[in-house]
Amino acid sequence: MSTPLLRLDGVAMQYGKGEASVTALSGIDLDVQAGELVAVMGASGSGKSTLLTIAGGLTAPTAGEVVVSGTYLSTLSAKGLAQLRRRSLGFVFQDFNLVPSLTALENVTLPLELDGWRGTKARSVGHDALRAVELDDRADAFPDDLSGGQQQRVAIARAVVGDRRLILADEPTGALDSTTGELVMRMLRRRIDAGAGGILVTHDSRHAAWADRIVFLRDGRITDGTQRERPEQLLASAGRHA
Amino acid sequence: MSVRQSLLAILDQGPCYGYQLRTEFDRRTGGTWPLNVGQIYQTLERLERDGLVAKGESDKEGRAYYEITAAGRAEVAQWLSSPVARQTAARDELAIKLAVAATLPGVDLAQVIQVQRTATLALLRDLTRTKEAIDEPSSPEDLAYLLLVDAQIFQIDGELRWLDHSEGRLARAVADGVAGPLPLSTEVPKRGRPARAAAANAEGTRS
Repeated sequence: MSTPLLRLDGVAMQYGKGEASVTALSGIDLDVQAGELVAVMGASGSGKSTLLTIAGGLTAPTAGEVVVSGTYLSTLSAKGLAQLRRRSLGFVFQDFNLVPSLTALENVTLPLELDGWRGTKARSVGHDALRAVELDDRADAFPDDLSGGQQQRVAIARAVVGDRRLILADEPTGALDSTTGELVMRMLRRRIDAGAGGILVTHDSRHAAWADRIVFLRDGRITDGTQRERPEQLLASAGRHA
Repeated sequence: MSVRQSLLAILDQGPCYGYQLRTEFDRRTGGTWPLNVGQIYQTLERLERDGLVAKGESDKEGRAYYEITAAGRAEVAQWLSSPVARQTAARDELAIKLAVAATLPGVDLAQVIQVQRTATLALLRDLTRTKEAIDEPSSPEDLAYLLLVDAQIFQIDGELRWLDHSEGRLARAVADGVAGPLPLSTEVPKRGRPARAAAANAEGTRS
C-alpha cells in the first residue's frame, strides 16, 4: 500500500495537568489514503474537531505522531509546519472562511501566492481548481455576491488548489440547506475520486454517507467504524441502475 | 392504496393496455416496486367495476386498452390533493427490540445501538453511492428515481437520528437510576388484553 496522505499514530490530547486535566483524545490511530474520504462522527465534545486541528498541524498532540504524506509534523519547525500546511492540506469550515475583500479566484490562489508562486501561474492553477467545482464563471465575484453553496465550493477549490491533496472538512454543510449541502458533498466527493484524500467531521449521517469509511468517536476514542467497501446491493438491485 | 391510484393517474395521460401500464409504472419508479401483470389486470378490473376506467375495444394484436372516466379523473385529483395516511399501528422491529432490550438484565444497550448504527450507516452509504452514480437528473425518469432514493435516505437518516436520541435518553436514564432490568411480575396476569394496549387500540379505531 502506498504512503497514506495522513497517518495519526497513537495520537492523544490532554488539556491541563494532574487531577484537573481533561483528556480530549486518546490512542487515535487513523490512516487516510489518496482517493479516500473518512467521516468522523460523534456527539458534541467527543473530540471530533480537536482531531481535525491536530491532523492539520494547527495543534500539536500531547502524545503520538501526525504524519502528512510521509512527513512527521513533530520534526518540523514552525516555519516548516506553516509551509507544509500551505502546500499539502486545505481546510473547509462550516462558515466558509473566505476573505471578503478578495475575489473567488484570489481566495483560491491565496495559499499559492503566499508560497511564492508567480501570479500568472497561480491564476492558471486557480482557474483549474474553480473549474473543477464548476465555478470558473464566477472567478471574479466577491464572496458576498456568491450563495452559501457557491462560497463553500470556492473553499473546496482553495483546499485542493495546486498540489494540495489532503482536505480537512469541519461540518462543511452545516450552514447550507439540504439540497445545496448535497451539491457541496458531490463536489467534495469528486475531488476525492480525482485523487485527493480527506477527513470529514460531521454529525449528519446523510453527509457522512458520502465517505468511504465512517469512524465514531466517543470520549476521545475511536469506538467503532464501518468497513471500507464499495456499494453494490440495495434498492438498485431491482432498478435500472443495478 | 397507491398502486391503484398511481395506475389511474398514469391512465389520465392516455389509454393504456395492461402490460404497457406496468412498463409506464416502472419508468416512474425506477423498477423499485415491481408489479406483476396479474396484479395490474386485477387492479384494472376493480377500477372498471368502480366506474373509474372503461375497457375499450381490443386492437389487432388483441390488446385491450383502458381509458380513464370522468369519475376516475376526479379520483386522481382527490388523491393528489390529499395527504397519504400513515399506518399508525405498523410494527417497528427495531423500536420493539430496543424497548425489550432496555428491560433485560446484562444487556449493553449502547452496544446494541452501535451495532445497529453501523449497519444502518452502511446501507445509507450504499444508497448515497447509488445517488452519486446518477449525478444530476437528465430526464423525468431520473428525477422520479432520485426522489425514491431520497425517500429511503431520509427514512434511514430518521432511524439514525432516533438511535442517537435513544443513546442520549438511555445515558440520562442510567444517570438518573431509572434504567435497569424489569423483573418478571409476581402478579398473575388476567386473561384478555392489557388495559393500556386496549385503550391505545380503541384510540386507533376512532382516528
